[in-house]
Amino acid sequence: MRTTEIGQQMRRERTFAGLDSLELPISERPTWARRLWGSAWPQLAAIGLVLVAWQLVVISGWRPAWVLPGPLAVLPRLVDELRNDLPAAILTTLRRATLGFTLALAIGSFIGLAIVRWRLLRTAVGSLLTGLQTMPSIAWFPLAILLFGLSEGAIMFVIVLGAAPSVANGLVHGIDHIPRILLRAGRVLGARGIDRYRFVVLPAALPSFVGGMKQAWAFAWRSLMAGELLVIIAQQPSLGVTLQLQRELSDAEGLLATMIVVLAIGIVIDLLVFGTLERRIRERRGLIETAA
Amino acid sequence: MTAMAARPSLTVVEPVVAKPAIEVHGVHKAYGPRGSHVLALSGISLTVERGTFACLVGASGCGKSTLLGLLAKLEKPQLGRVKARGRVSLIFQEAALFPWLTAAQNIELALRLAGVPSREWSDRSADLLRLVHLDGFGDRRPHELSGGMRQRTALARALAQGADILLMDEPFGAVDAMTRDLLHDELEAIWSASGMTVLFVTHDVREAVRLGDRVVILTSRPGRVAEEVQIDLPRPRPIGDPAVAELTERITNRLREEVMRHADD
Repeated sequence: MRTTEIGQQMRRERTFAGLDSLELPISERPTWARRLWGSAWPQLAAIGLVLVAWQLVVISGWRPAWVLPGPLAVLPRLVDELRNDLPAAILTTLRRATLGFTLALAIGSFIGLAIVRWRLLRTAVGSLLTGLQTMPSIAWFPLAILLFGLSEGAIMFVIVLGAAPSVANGLVHGIDHIPRILLRAGRVLGARGIDRYRFVVLPAALPSFVGGMKQAWAFAWRSLMAGELLVIIAQQPSLGVTLQLQRELSDAEGLLATMIVVLAIGIVIDLLVFGTLERRIRERRGLIETAA
Repeated sequence: MTAMAARPSLTVVEPVVAKPAIEVHGVHKAYGPRGSHVLALSGISLTVERGTFACLVGASGCGKSTLLGLLAKLEKPQLGRVKARGRVSLIFQEAALFPWLTAAQNIELALRLAGVPSREWSDRSADLLRLVHLDGFGDRRPHELSGGMRQRTALARALAQGADILLMDEPFGAVDAMTRDLLHDELEAIWSASGMTVLFVTHDVREAVRLGDRVVILTSRPGRVAEEVQIDLPRPRPIGDPAVAELTERITNRLREEVMRHADD
């Protein structure tokens, strides 16, 4: 009797193990290098194509070379600038970007949570928040300069106004679209008050929140560039000031080199920081296939 | 309150006048706006004694899920009394595991929210995973598990809460037949070792007869108790057993009568 019982138990366990191994989703992960190369080569090819097109326009003689120099002139100049003055300018600009983005993140998160908590607030400012995003950030600058003078304060003010709504929207959208069953599961587990937010609501809203952050970064970067062109602070070389100076000196080569840096920083942070973060989160939750 | 280990294991010595684990009395619950609302439950009354495995069967619209929601305090009744004595846990139709946590972390979160000290989390979750035959799968995320494995993780998570009352809402509805048979065996073993009270909702009558001490048949729209059937067959009950088949048929016929009443709705 006893032995048959043990035998049955073992059979049951073996059946479980068999079913489990048969039913497990098979996931094939391409190696890290392979995946990187898979997305890198089309992008590199596209960049190459753009450079060729650019050079062709220059060769066509549409504009004189001192107004529109080709990549063969600009790229060496870029390398040269990166060895000299540009790093200091990049550093100033990145410091402002980090500070402004962090401020926008904090304020946007606070506003987003407040909107989720108080229904009245949502009715009052919910749609206004989306409307605020359509306001071109550059239109805020005259007011910002009146309020804060030609200072970093003015730039921060506009960055926050441009980027915080995206952060708030991402958070609100994320919380609104949490599957009901997860919220119910959280309540059954006894997650109440702060715990409810910490263990259920915020993790569940994270993908959308990161999406909002990504968009906020784009807004922040644009606002910052506009700000640096308008709000010129003495003794503080920044990318914006460099651009302005190069235009005044009709230094087209330098101008294009600086522009490439502006573009590159924006893309690198968008793709490498937020893009990677977003993809990681989605992969971990099984929201996208891992295999390309 | 928190310690699952403190619960008496096999020999449950209860006073003769122990109060029922679940008492539902004259409960009404309607959804939708006044005037055009749908009555989910209408004056339903139900008592489940401590340690009983009770199954609720009924066609769609009998308010089974609503009743469980009321017992788990996810919703409030509009009329009547709902009383669940003890810690309640609810297992849903689809495993409501948190997708951002691994299987083990899901269980650990339940332990943490139940107030279990942090040094015990990893041991306890490993034990629970072993109990549901998932040792070695703790690091997987829910989407990397099969449906049956997810449901077993959900069961382990519910056990981690140290629940006295386990509510199950068609938990094996989306699981294939072979896995379901195994899960029945497992659930029965865990239940009889723990002394928990189980209220198990299903539309599969055979499943109800396989598992329940009692099968409660509900009417549909609005939900009321139509009949209760005591199942006194020895456990474990093979699903092919003639006595199981006979009871299944009887209850199915009763249920069919209920459904036919709505043919002209």
